[in-house]
Amino acid sequence: MYVYDDHDRQILAERVAQFRDQTERALAGELSEDEFLPLRLQNGLYVQRFAPMLRICVPYGMMRSAQLRRLARITRDYDKGYAHFTTRQNVQLNWPAIEDVPDILAELGEVEMHANQTSGNCIRNTTTDQFAGAQHGEVADPRPYCEIIRQWSTFHPEFAFLPRKFKVAVNALESTDRAAIQVHDIGLQMITNASGDLGFRVHVGGGLGRTPMVGPVIREFLPELDLLTYLEAILRVYNRYGRRDNKYKARIKILVKALTPEGFAEKVEVEWSHIKDSPTRLTRDAIERIQGYFTEPAYLSLDNNSEQLAAQRFENRAFDQWMSRNVDNHKVPGYAIVTLSMKKTGVPPGDVTDRQLEQIADLADQYSFGEIRVTHQQNVVLADVRQDRLFELWELLGPLGFATPNLNTLTDIICCPGGDYCALANAKSIPVAESIQRRFDNMDFLYDVGDLDLNISGCMNACGHHHVGDIGVLGVDKKGEEFYQISLGGSSRQDAAIGKILGPSFAQEDMPEVVEKIIGVYLDQRTPEERFIDTYRRIGIEPFKERVYA
Amino acid sequence: MPDIITRDGTIKQDNWTLVPRPAAGDSLEVPAQPALIPADLWLAGQEHFEGRQDIGVWLDSHDEPEMLAEVVERLPIVAVNFPKFSDGRGYSIARLLRERYGYGNELRAVGDVLLDQLQFMKRCGFDSYALRPDKDISKAPRCLNFFSQTYQAATDTDLPLFRRRAS
Repeated sequence: MYVYDDHDRQILAERVAQFRDQTERALAGELSEDEFLPLRLQNGLYVQRFAPMLRICVPYGMMRSAQLRRLARITRDYDKGYAHFTTRQNVQLNWPAIEDVPDILAELGEVEMHANQTSGNCIRNTTTDQFAGAQHGEVADPRPYCEIIRQWSTFHPEFAFLPRKFKVAVNALESTDRAAIQVHDIGLQMITNASGDLGFRVHVGGGLGRTPMVGPVIREFLPELDLLTYLEAILRVYNRYGRRDNKYKARIKILVKALTPEGFAEKVEVEWSHIKDSPTRLTRDAIERIQGYFTEPAYLSLDNNSEQLAAQRFENRAFDQWMSRNVDNHKVPGYAIVTLSMKKTGVPPGDVTDRQLEQIADLADQYSFGEIRVTHQQNVVLADVRQDRLFELWELLGPLGFATPNLNTLTDIICCPGGDYCALANAKSIPVAESIQRRFDNMDFLYDVGDLDLNISGCMNACGHHHVGDIGVLGVDKKGEEFYQISLGGSSRQDAAIGKILGPSFAQEDMPEVVEKIIGVYLDQRTPEERFIDTYRRIGIEPFKERVYA
Repeated sequence: MPDIITRDGTIKQDNWTLVPRPAAGDSLEVPAQPALIPADLWLAGQEHFEGRQDIGVWLDSHDEPEMLAEVVERLPIVAVNFPKFSDGRGYSIARLLRERYGYGNELRAVGDVLLDQLQFMKRCGFDSYALRPDKDISKAPRCLNFFSQTYQAATDTDLPLFRRRAS
């Protein structure tokens, strides 16, 4: 993965010094709350319901074991000994003291980490598929392009005060999309054109939140060398013309809709025509230099170890279940991609203790070249595990609580921190997740239901991605009481779609039963090969309504 | 006279006065001392103001700098107003004036100009800054230069870091 050179280190050290200075001026009353707000947000610092929250950036979800160990130490020294993996592949601390934040950032800087632009009206962390570089079928490794975008967007002088936040995602597979690019401000699909040249199909104006939209394509093919100049053109059009009069209409999706995708694309093309050959145009050397950091680890020459594995799976049903659910194919023979489930029932989705962070670091060192990836489903990936060591790894994961074989099932719930932590939330989300996990504790039943995304957000800001869950749950406030609205049929993948609201909302204690009824309709109506979304698309929302509101 | 910071961190005084847009129906009063007038009004009275070194213009954050494309070189000074420091349109306006329309004279940031945005302004081509009077001007030189390294090309450099790394 990427390693800082002297330039990166210098910039980061200066950033830490700058924020220390800004914090001192804020605490001394030289900066008003309003003036300090965007400065602290662009350093990841929120002021939350009970305490400040610090969102630490994990560029495109990748971390080294030394970074995990430093995070563990920080949670012990400055927080309550645990951290939270977010739905944007970042990490949050829930209880830091404001005056400690410069010191925390300095400690992070020592291991090439930071909290830059994890909040605020600026370009946020660029995300990608958590299996990037390890799986079959990618057009190319997307991570070097994410890093190129990271560097370009870091402290960009023109785009630090956009109308609203701005999120970019990159996907390198044509068959599946784990990066949810169509619900991002910019989604970049890597493709090759008829002549075999690498480039991007560019989606703009997707997003969740109050006005969920699937992002339309504004350019079918953008050559890779033009990536940054074209992004700069999009951002400039947005910076100049995005709405600033109403926070809820300020995202780029509203501008794209107002101008129509064609009208927006034309404005971008005109702007781009002026700057496409500017010094910001990438060079082959620059791309190759960054690609040089994402070389393959030192894989051994192995075979796909089917006989031994088959025997282990045959002899141990629990291992077999875990293999089916939590292990994915690797592009290199003899290796596998392992996902550690952070969704054990009773633990808030994505929460991890200091000790667990260190245990994950140790596992990464022993089994996966010292690297991990965080997923937007709030799990952790060891991307390069030898197949002949899967069984021993699985035996270690169980006692640590990371082997729950529920990946991509109903209980692998995406869930925001909700009203237990977040100042914005209308309702709690963690207890809803837990009550659903408790209701569906039978693994055989879960496997029978199959792949299903259940996503929970505590408010309209949709951090829990409820719009794009097969089943989405949204916390709403009705005269001071917490209720939950259900939507069905969302998807963040290739067939991206925004879920449709089922009907009136429910009380928290009714939620497990409501979900059970919805699942019941699916099980009754599905054909053998249908996923939940296929059945939903075929039969529509009515049968679900009838059963739930009967 | 207000203190003005320049891009190299020195503090100077001058007497450019910003003339607000007259209310509808009122006519523009041009004072005797050097004045910055709304850019569209300068254009409307171009033959009158042309060549006067004591008349410059100002653009508001929603104004389109395109309107000055043909004439900008003839202006002694252009100011861009930041009605609120968090309104980032002025940064794009500045880059367009400098990089697209080739404006070479003084480009001044006015309005809600605070310390922590000075380096961004400098990078986008502003070379003088009318800091909001309640801010400590002695801290401006440091704030103009928090970063000794930057990743992007902008008005201040043709060399993004990826090009400097290659050389």
